[in-house]
Amino acid sequence: MSELLEVQDLRIRFPAPGGGSSVPVDGVSLRLARGETLALVGESGSGKSLTALALLRLVPPPGKIDPSSRIVLEGLNLLELQGEAMRAVRGGRIGLVFQDAMTSLNPVISIGEQVRETVVAHRSLRGKDARERAVALLDEVGIPGARARYRSFPHELSGGLRQRALIAIALAGEPDVLIADEPTTALDVTVQAQILELLDALRTSRGMAVLLISHDLGLVAGRADRVAVMYAGQIVEEASTSRLFRSPSHPYTRALFGSIPRLESAVDRLVPIAGAVPLPDAWPPACRFHPRCPEVLPRCSVETPPVVPLAPGESSRCWLLVKGAR
Amino acid sequence: MTVLLEVRDLVKRFEAGGLFRGARGAVHAVNGVSFDMTPGETLGLVGESGSGKSTVGRAILRLTEKTSGEVRFDGVDVYQLSGRELRTLRRRMQIVFQDPYSSLDPRVMAGGAVAEGLEIHRLLPKAEIRGRVADLLQEVGLDPSFAEKFPHECSGGQRQRIGIARALAVDPAFLVCDEPVSALDVSVQAQVLNLLADLQRRRGIAFLFIAHDLAVVRQLAHRIAVMYFGRIVELAPTDALIRSPRHPYTQALLSAVPVPDPGRQRTRIVLRGDPPKPTELPPGCPFASRCFHPMKDARCVSERPLLRVVGGSEVACHYAEHDSLQPSVPSSPAP
Repeated sequence: MSELLEVQDLRIRFPAPGGGSSVPVDGVSLRLARGETLALVGESGSGKSLTALALLRLVPPPGKIDPSSRIVLEGLNLLELQGEAMRAVRGGRIGLVFQDAMTSLNPVISIGEQVRETVVAHRSLRGKDARERAVALLDEVGIPGARARYRSFPHELSGGLRQRALIAIALAGEPDVLIADEPTTALDVTVQAQILELLDALRTSRGMAVLLISHDLGLVAGRADRVAVMYAGQIVEEASTSRLFRSPSHPYTRALFGSIPRLESAVDRLVPIAGAVPLPDAWPPACRFHPRCPEVLPRCSVETPPVVPLAPGESSRCWLLVKGAR
Repeated sequence: MTVLLEVRDLVKRFEAGGLFRGARGAVHAVNGVSFDMTPGETLGLVGESGSGKSTVGRAILRLTEKTSGEVRFDGVDVYQLSGRELRTLRRRMQIVFQDPYSSLDPRVMAGGAVAEGLEIHRLLPKAEIRGRVADLLQEVGLDPSFAEKFPHECSGGQRQRIGIARALAVDPAFLVCDEPVSALDVSVQAQVLNLLADLQRRRGIAFLFIAHDLAVVRQLAHRIAVMYFGRIVELAPTDALIRSPRHPYTQALLSAVPVPDPGRQRTRIVLRGDPPKPTELPPGCPFASRCFHPMKDARCVSERPLLRVVGGSEVACHYAEHDSLQPSVPSSPAP
């Protein structure tokens, strides 16, 4: 599979109040192939959303991407692009769908116009053609009566339809990569299923790559080809979805599975992870998971674990997987 | 079997509009909900946003006033009580809210928040309060030193524990847990769920556990009531509800729950159509507009199905005896 998007050693730095800096995203590397769904999973504060924003160079100030980081879209290093060229990528070759459609849509502009604006910004279509294209996009994302709904305002739509409108906007620039950041978290489960079906169908019909960002391992199970698990600003495990769910290699991933309540098989007691998710200004030294790790070794608190390759595209950041480390 | 809580035909309407023309009409948040709870029992109340589940919890505690219906706690009609009597009763009925960020006063230290109930109800001499607060904090898994911390100094999970300690302080027999873990990270969620299970075992408190997440509810509930559009559409023992849901809405809800197992083949029911508008109370079944039951007919649109017993479950569907689908959650394959 040819790489479409490659992120190498992404590091995002925020100046800390007392001098120094905190690094909420610390050395993230990802590869995304055409037609593939990669899920980026993590708890709050793990850095997954910031990673997504960095791909569009939308890191909120005073945060900065380290110059040594690389984000390459088919040979094009996005971190070297200037103004107009980056704007063409943003919302063009890379589309973004946020969690909360109500706040990402403009409340005083009809949804059709909002789609049309993006069509005009990124395609050479104008006037009636742009309008027709917007109607077609609303139709493509499954908004019933798209032509009539063109004039609807966001508050007139249900949460599910608003999310569909947002997806239509993201598609307007004909993206090669669609980043979906918790696209269904604000929705009810029955609607959530519909939106995920839609994203999957669009990926297939358009041959897009999808970066699905979520805190919910369950949601990712049926949708992604590969999963990267983030903890405290780093990817701790990357694997094919089937391998990750069958035999997770990192203790954090294993612990996450133990703590999820299951619908189909109630356990007497969940196995929680002790403590709380650390904050970016207080990442623990060496392995960042060691204070909460049920399988911790003496060296885990003093030596940073290497990223251990397990198979092509699969790796784990853990001493347990280094031969002779115990 | 003794009954702790009886809810009969509970109705709560919010009068809407007035500010804009045409926005009038009442929102029927709760539309005739009835159930009983026994001491020490956990009843899960499940539904999507707007189903009325939180309003049921609040109306039981009189945090919002009912429109009609009856709530009896230990045989006492909660709505007949005077202010003073209600305050006494509140010692026995407590609530834990979803959002530990906004339900704690940012200027009150945790110890003060936990002590408040003890002070209001004059349950302990002043000199003993500090010691009891320390015990309560320990009971919810916090170090007693947390008494000196402000909410912003605590993590989400710690704040939720403080909220639970605060509710426990007055030694309640009944606790409404309104989405108690949905604001927490998964790894922390399990800590709080285990804590609630322990508290129930130890203290025999009855929980009305309100949540949108069926997998979470399943973990604690003895019985589950599924709400849709202000009504209970199905009420059954937890296992029966999960293994063989009878109401088409319950089936759809179950099939939509993401399961962390990519190898599992499941029947996915994708609902079409929209739920009715909250200001427009349909005369028939509220789920009729989205229902996929093969026998759905004119009766579903015109006549409201009542909750009735079908094979050990209570179901509000005219055609609950007839299979609309195979059970949507088959038993797990061997690992």
